[in-house]
Amino acid sequence: MSEYWQEISALTMRWVRRLSREKFSMLFTLVQPMLFWLIFFGNLFQRAADSQVTQAPNYISFLAAGVVVMTVLNNGLAGGVDLLFDKENGFLERLMSTPIHRTSVILSRFIFVMTITSLQVLVILGVAFLFGVHPATGLLGIAAILMIGMMFGVGLTAISMAMAFSVKSHGDFFSVLGFLSLPMIFLSSALVPLTAMPAWMSFMAKFNPMTWAIDAVRPLILASWSEALPHVAMVVLVMVVFDAICLYGGAKAFRRAMG
Amino acid sequence: MDRAVAIDVSHLSKSYDGHRAVTDVSFQVYVGEIFGLLGPNGAGKSTTLRTLITLLSPTSGRASIFGLDSLHDADRVRRLIGYVPQERAIDRFLTGREHLELLAALYHLPKGAAGPRIAELLKLVELDAHADRPAKTYSGGMKRKLDIACGLLPDPKVLFLDEPTLGLDVQSRLKIWDYVRLLKARGMTIVMTTNYLDEADQLCDRIAIIDAGVIKTIGSPVELKVGLGGDIVSLTIKETEKVPSLDLALKGQPAIKAVRAMPKGLDIRVESAEKALPIILESANRLGCTVEFIQYNRPRLDDVFLAHTGRRLEAVEREVTS
Repeated sequence: MSEYWQEISALTMRWVRRLSREKFSMLFTLVQPMLFWLIFFGNLFQRAADSQVTQAPNYISFLAAGVVVMTVLNNGLAGGVDLLFDKENGFLERLMSTPIHRTSVILSRFIFVMTITSLQVLVILGVAFLFGVHPATGLLGIAAILMIGMMFGVGLTAISMAMAFSVKSHGDFFSVLGFLSLPMIFLSSALVPLTAMPAWMSFMAKFNPMTWAIDAVRPLILASWSEALPHVAMVVLVMVVFDAICLYGGAKAFRRAMG
Repeated sequence: MDRAVAIDVSHLSKSYDGHRAVTDVSFQVYVGEIFGLLGPNGAGKSTTLRTLITLLSPTSGRASIFGLDSLHDADRVRRLIGYVPQERAIDRFLTGREHLELLAALYHLPKGAAGPRIAELLKLVELDAHADRPAKTYSGGMKRKLDIACGLLPDPKVLFLDEPTLGLDVQSRLKIWDYVRLLKARGMTIVMTTNYLDEADQLCDRIAIIDAGVIKTIGSPVELKVGLGGDIVSLTIKETEKVPSLDLALKGQPAIKAVRAMPKGLDIRVESAEKALPIILESANRLGCTVEFIQYNRPRLDDVFLAHTGRRLEAVEREVTS
């Protein structure tokens, strides 16, 4: 057990070190484009968005939940990128030739991605706070938001890693990534509530796990525990299934890639 | 005398996506020797190596390292081996020391033991002065040295080197050869792949020539060369169109063991040059061939490769790169 922990902490530290050496990347990771969604998109649509439709005091407070989950989405889907580069330059082989538990490499990546994502979510909630969005459910609500983010993030990171292990070249990886991320956002309740969507889009959005995550995060920010709780319970259920499927697929891809 | 066996590979085959990379490969590596897998790119050297280091599971057959099966005892095998991959498997953002610290944790070295071991290795590969610079500032040779230090970190019983000097300048190459010899002197067993003839010839105690996934022959470089029997007379003639008829005229002559037509002349394997030369010159004369150049060599490893695969290694490399 202590050996296992030694492996995981050393591998996680490697990701942290890498991030700290890539100053620009760190800046862009933490002060993410996601903030631009919140600041620019949120303020841009302040008057264009009908508060009767969004059921929120203003558009930015409606959008906050969407941006939180979008952050999770982007980080999760990009979570496998570094492993992809490790695979391509042979570093992964070097790691795999050592007597480590096979899951250490993956677990360290999960820990790192989840930690960074949580920090970003906090930054976003902080910025939203400056624009007057005060989470209605308090600190406990923020903890619940982080938990929902992590549950969604685990599945997404698993998908990303599965892709990293399966693709032939990193070109393929980035095309699929680019193809996945925007439709996931548009076909969710991130920017507009389902009720305001064309019927076919809101129908498709119901199959998007992201919608469920947003629908739970949003009342945690805007409404109250009593309103949020049923959604939170629901999203936990959805995410358990989502994660199980993603982890199963990820494990399969990993095993195949490891010969 | 029976020598202790470090690695035993028996009827190993590996296919990927219906393509057979390695077919029915068997060989043994003895404790304390430098064993080389020599062959062109794509011959199956790396596939064989990666099976031995437990990264690939064989389609059929088996490989064992100090009696441990590479598939079923993979974890225990990994504790015995060090691996230096072909690519510069370096994280450009980490320093040299951090690479070794990471690996020390992955080999579960206690903190107290890791520090001195890392210092010792950095000194061995002469990177101590650069240990705290990110690896992206290293030259090719320095990266290779770091690679080797990483492979040595667990103090392995067997060290696997995949193309250790590929793409290095002459000086770095010779340096790497020195390390390999030093490790052998310390009793380490070393398995390496190479597509450099001189490397195989000068460094390896025994080599296996591998081509198209099949082992063609195994032995020490000297054995293999002697095994060809006799010396080689290379003849360049002016009238290249007469090469086939001269080839025909020489085949079956006493003192001549084999004749191989080359673009500008013939490579003739002879029992003894003294006996064969008059015959060769007389035949050339009779057929009206002007001998432009004649050279007589002890067989080189390249000739061994040619004899067993039907092609010259350099020619194969050119085909692959073009």
